[in-house]
Amino acid sequence: MAAITKSPWIIHYDGSSCNGCDIEVLACLTPMYDVERFGIINTGNPKHADILLITGAVNAQNIPVVRQIYDQMPSPKIVVAIGVCAANGGVFKECYNIAGGVDRVIPVDVYVHGCAARPESIIDGVVKGLGVLAEKQAALASGETDPDVSGAYLFDPVSYAEKGDIENGDAEGAKDRSEAEEEAAK
Amino acid sequence: MFVFYGDTISLFQVLSLVLYLVLAPFAGGLIAGIDRKVTARMQGRVGPPIVQPFYDVAKLWKKEPVTVRTGAQDFYVLCCLIFMIIAGSFFFFGFNLLMVIFTLTTASIFLVIAGYSSNSPYAQIGAERELLQMMSYEPMVLLTAVGFFMVNSSFNSATILTSPYLSIQYMPGLFIGLVFVLTIKLRKSPFDLSMSHHAHQELVKGLTTEFSGRTLAQLEISHWYENIMLLGFVFLFFTNGSWLMVIVGIVVVIVVYFVEILIDNVCARMKWQFTLKSAWIITLIFGGGNLFVLYYLRGYLWMASQYQ
Repeated sequence: MAAITKSPWIIHYDGSSCNGCDIEVLACLTPMYDVERFGIINTGNPKHADILLITGAVNAQNIPVVRQIYDQMPSPKIVVAIGVCAANGGVFKECYNIAGGVDRVIPVDVYVHGCAARPESIIDGVVKGLGVLAEKQAALASGETDPDVSGAYLFDPVSYAEKGDIENGDAEGAKDRSEAEEEAAK
Repeated sequence: MFVFYGDTISLFQVLSLVLYLVLAPFAGGLIAGIDRKVTARMQGRVGPPIVQPFYDVAKLWKKEPVTVRTGAQDFYVLCCLIFMIIAGSFFFFGFNLLMVIFTLTTASIFLVIAGYSSNSPYAQIGAERELLQMMSYEPMVLLTAVGFFMVNSSFNSATILTSPYLSIQYMPGLFIGLVFVLTIKLRKSPFDLSMSHHAHQELVKGLTTEFSGRTLAQLEISHWYENIMLLGFVFLFFTNGSWLMVIVGIVVVIVVYFVEILIDNVCARMKWQFTLKSAWIITLIFGGGNLFVLYYLRGYLWMASQYQ
């Protein structure tokens, strides 16, 4: 078995979550669940991490941060979206500033459901992700190009907001915004 | 036994050097694994398997290299590993303890430069703290070497190993001082300022924040080599050429390491001011005091021998 499945290091990011799932993620580290049994360490450093755990629906201000963290992680890497919000926006889906799920911003490999997700299902999701991680490592070793770059998922918050304006019948607002940007560019 | 540039070299020296080079990474990795297991048990957890550090290094070795300053940083970390191996080799080959300590310092300095060479503020503050830690432990380590010389009339670890004097009898203060600074050297709380094994300190991962993949693996291996050598230093206190003391020495090494793990688990991290002050006070009282006594003891014994 590949060593990477025996030593998956984690970074956890709160993409505008309500903190419910975050607390459950931290609960996995406690003596009750003790994920270090599986060699899992919460690193807090993207350059050491193999698995990115994201909670929350990701808002417009999070987007560059999420991409930054994701791009700083060395391949092979996977993303586990935790909770309903991270899957599709959950109760925040209709909010003006919400991207509506982590997969709008970066590629996601495993979705963990629940509101809030239970520690058992988070551990289950991470363990499912290990299989993906091993596949990715094998693919990289056989010379395939790395598909895991956030650039493939260009989600532009400004154009999204414009789109939102137009969808909501606020074409004027979208026009004003683009004019203001042109002004700023000059 | 053969002669090399005027020095006689025994087969035992060559054997221990080869054993160190080959076995130290395995022993060091196992100790790190046992460390994590014992730590987990102390915290009421199950803990990772004992071979977990090997999984970690094997994984890191295959990760994508993402160093920002590829040329500089990776080279410095590699130098750190190489000089660490050289320092340990000197020690287990029976060379001069001062040479061992200065080579060890060179290795640590390369690590500090590697931290400084990245643009990350976390790594840079980590590097500064690493320098402060070096300032804290270095005097004590040097005094220990001086103590070994005063007792055994030689700086060579091979001579100290086989000399009939049991060093701990004459330098208990230096032993206490060395065990104290060993907490800094082994990167245990309350002195794990520059980098921590535990998650989410204020500096992310401190000095190692910008290291990843193979570079981080090299650093980990250099720690394994370093730890074995440091435990060798502890062992050297308990040698007088007899096999009984070899067993006693090994038992003491195990006890010392267990105490370090215990200290790690019952202490919170302190500020660098505390580290520097406490280390220097301990150095002065236990190290300096012990040397002071040794100095007069030697003079007294010399005088006694003149009047016979």
